[in-house]
Amino acid sequence: MSIVTVQLGQCGNQIGREVFNAICSDVHGTHGLCSKKENESYHDACKERFFIEAESGVPVARAVLVDMEPKVISQTLSIAAKSGYWKYDDHSHFCQKQGSGNNWANGYTVHGPRHKEVIMNLVQKEAEKCDRLGGFFTIMSMAGGTGSGLGAFVTQCLRDAFPSSFILNHVIWPYGTGEVIVQNYNSVLTLSHLYQSSDALLVHENDVIHKICAQLMHMKQISFKDVNQVIAHQLGSVFQPTYTAEDGLHYSRNPLGDLMETLVPHPEFKMLGLRNIPQMPENSLAYSTFSWPGLIKHLRQMLIANAKMEEGIDWQVQPPRPGSSIPSSHSTNKLLHFNTSIANLVILRGKDTHSADLGSFRDPSLYTSWLNPQDAFSAWKTPRAFNKYEKSASLVSNSQFLLKPLDNVVRKAWNMFASKAYVHQYTKYGIEEEDFLDSFTALEQVISSYTIL
Amino acid sequence: MTQSVVVQVGQCGNQVGCRFWDLALREHAAVNKKGIYDEALSSFFRNVDTRSAGDGPDIYKGKICSLKARALLIDMEEGVVNEILQGPLRDVFDSKQLITDVSGSGNNWAVGHKIYGCQYRENIVEKLRKTAEHCDCLQCFFIIHSMGGGTGSGLGTLILNLLEDEFPEVYRFVTAVYPSGEDDVITSPYNSVLAMKELNEHADCVLPIENESLFDIVNKIHQMVNSGKLGSTVKQNSLVTSSAGITKAIQEKPFDAMNNIVANLLLNLTSSARFEGSLNMDLNEISMNLVPFPRLHYLVSSLTPLYTLADVNVLSRRLDQMFSDAFSRDHQLIQADPKHSLYLACALLVRGNVQISDLRRNIERLKPSLHFVSWNQEGWKTGLCSVPPVGHSHSLLALANNTCVKPTFMELRDRFMRLYKKKAHLHHYLQVDGMEQSCFSEAVSSLSDLIEEYNELDATKGGPRTDPSRLKIAV
Repeated sequence: MSIVTVQLGQCGNQIGREVFNAICSDVHGTHGLCSKKENESYHDACKERFFIEAESGVPVARAVLVDMEPKVISQTLSIAAKSGYWKYDDHSHFCQKQGSGNNWANGYTVHGPRHKEVIMNLVQKEAEKCDRLGGFFTIMSMAGGTGSGLGAFVTQCLRDAFPSSFILNHVIWPYGTGEVIVQNYNSVLTLSHLYQSSDALLVHENDVIHKICAQLMHMKQISFKDVNQVIAHQLGSVFQPTYTAEDGLHYSRNPLGDLMETLVPHPEFKMLGLRNIPQMPENSLAYSTFSWPGLIKHLRQMLIANAKMEEGIDWQVQPPRPGSSIPSSHSTNKLLHFNTSIANLVILRGKDTHSADLGSFRDPSLYTSWLNPQDAFSAWKTPRAFNKYEKSASLVSNSQFLLKPLDNVVRKAWNMFASKAYVHQYTKYGIEEEDFLDSFTALEQVISSYTIL
Repeated sequence: MTQSVVVQVGQCGNQVGCRFWDLALREHAAVNKKGIYDEALSSFFRNVDTRSAGDGPDIYKGKICSLKARALLIDMEEGVVNEILQGPLRDVFDSKQLITDVSGSGNNWAVGHKIYGCQYRENIVEKLRKTAEHCDCLQCFFIIHSMGGGTGSGLGTLILNLLEDEFPEVYRFVTAVYPSGEDDVITSPYNSVLAMKELNEHADCVLPIENESLFDIVNKIHQMVNSGKLGSTVKQNSLVTSSAGITKAIQEKPFDAMNNIVANLLLNLTSSARFEGSLNMDLNEISMNLVPFPRLHYLVSSLTPLYTLADVNVLSRRLDQMFSDAFSRDHQLIQADPKHSLYLACALLVRGNVQISDLRRNIERLKPSLHFVSWNQEGWKTGLCSVPPVGHSHSLLALANNTCVKPTFMELRDRFMRLYKKKAHLHHYLQVDGMEQSCFSEAVSSLSDLIEEYNELDATKGGPRTDPSRLKIAV
């Protein structure tokens, strides 16, 4: 099954390019560490999922690029083509002359309706090129105007036009200390709207990835390209082909559907966090060895203690013992140390995955009470190593991972809203105070739901 | 890609404008080695086929034929504009882009605004339309003028009104040069306050500039260059005051160094819209992020570095120094100290070889020493443009919406009141058709309201002590 990627705004397009790069270089790498036959079927599955074979032999990404100003898209197209390994379709992009000015309202109420037909036509064309459409993967930032505002509108259109397809939104959480001053408003409006049309929101936080670059990858001067490459690696580790069934006869045919089925049992809970280990500078890889027990132990503690990476994990945090009263709280302001999960998915890639024991993830105390632990936890494995890592483990989690960041964003946005600062910039384009209030209400509901897990 | 049109009004406006076009050509020449007319160039220049006499069609692609500035040069006396047209930039301007008269406005806002405003209104509108028609997607008008005189101040603000009426969707950025205390034009307080009312009501963003600050910066550089110690290692073309543009001026004119600073300000402001980068910052984003309330649209600007040393220093220390300087008092383009006043919002546009980690490190470092309003504690807007200015490997433009503009406005009001109380020179204004005493009282009242808004922000630091209580959800 194929996935159509929709890249929205500067961030969406810059990341999208790195994602296709990472997938391509993984497939072409000789570090599969598995049989040739295995490698080939991996290659084929990946190709079908993300690319179309063109006459020239260079695979064409199944993607639609959208931005309201031309600089980023033209850069993206040319950099992709230069690689020689893959490219974008020359016609599968749409841009305008003047950007959205970081104004969610501009993206949503002006650009959205104005360009709906053209954009949806491009999407339709890409969808038709798929033998079987597995769903949509949209990449956007919450902070700006196009990715966020137009992105929310496009997601709605996708839902209307493809009511039975899966839609996964990849959302970039901006740095806490400003990239954009009105980023909290834009974020609140985006999240509340996406929640209505999307199946799940997979979130990456710039602050977290930045720390990974600094502390794990030892980068001195970190550029957005570096950040985007880490994000692309993490996404690749989830979306590259894996076996979902225990027998491992064929690669999963419905990646997005499987993801939703395992992780989103209830429409009130759609926020997914992603952790991937190990992460290290490429030149250290040759000198490092990993063991599955070690990796799994770290990953589990990262889940429990809500750690962002494999350094600095708080090992003191433990799940509550069965029988004792569960330390949940009904007030929205209490800091929760233990990260309660609704559902988790662990993906293992590389050598000896069959020997990896994931029993510790099935511990019922990790989860809320409404699902059986068997249903709350899934594991996907594949012997084919990913992106030069001999062993690599990813965790996609529907848990309280994003509760604190969400709460922070809502708090800051509410603070600003109380003084009515910048509101005139939004009302200019038809987003009124009531619309803000609706969004705030929707998100407070989500916060509340996640808090009382 | 969008286009912008520069409207330069009056002597000051045209002199600054002239420097702007010279330095813009230099910047594009440095980046555009192949001489192809690209989108970046098109934001400020048209490419015209001059072989066909008169108004040749615009050439949108291919080699550069003849570049014409997207500009309107307006002055009510001929001297300045004529000098430009006889100077090395004469080919950049079209005779159809000029509006001049003979006698000037006599440093009288009313003459500029009412008399010439009326007389030339249609002519101006027609020329504006023509310029706009040449633009594929016009985003912004840059108006450059001084506040203290008659033409720039009076006619300039009338044009501002016109732009709002005729092109309501297009942004209006005003670069306004404010008179200093020892200004030799006696009526400059009147002109300035009357113009302020127009700026309050019709501009999207105003970048106030004070001659005193420009003068101090020029002196500082002068001392640096001539100090002998480091002087010889300063790269000449990197001076923010340098006129080493496309055209080799035979002799630098007195205000050139100061005007170059303003020209560089405008170039840096538009750099991210013209050139690529990892985090673009367009002009409409500046207005969106830096103007929390419609009337508070006055932005204090600072440019660093002022010069580049030829010898190589440790890159990161130089970078950090650049950030620190941007917040220091002597780098601001008006007499103000933003560090000791209240920030409503701040934008940092970095050019050159600077990455997001450098930006973050410096924001973290400088944040504790700055006071931000309570509802915008993390109010930073950032942009990264890959192309540095000529002669530098990196540069920074800081724009602050900060209550430190208040003293400038208060002094202006004081000087105004000193004259107004005695009704000094008032008759020169009142004898102009359409001017009444109420114009004056409304103008000063508008200024007072603005000052009051800043006062309130300073007093309350923008909001309640504790966070407002959040919405409660029934569980």
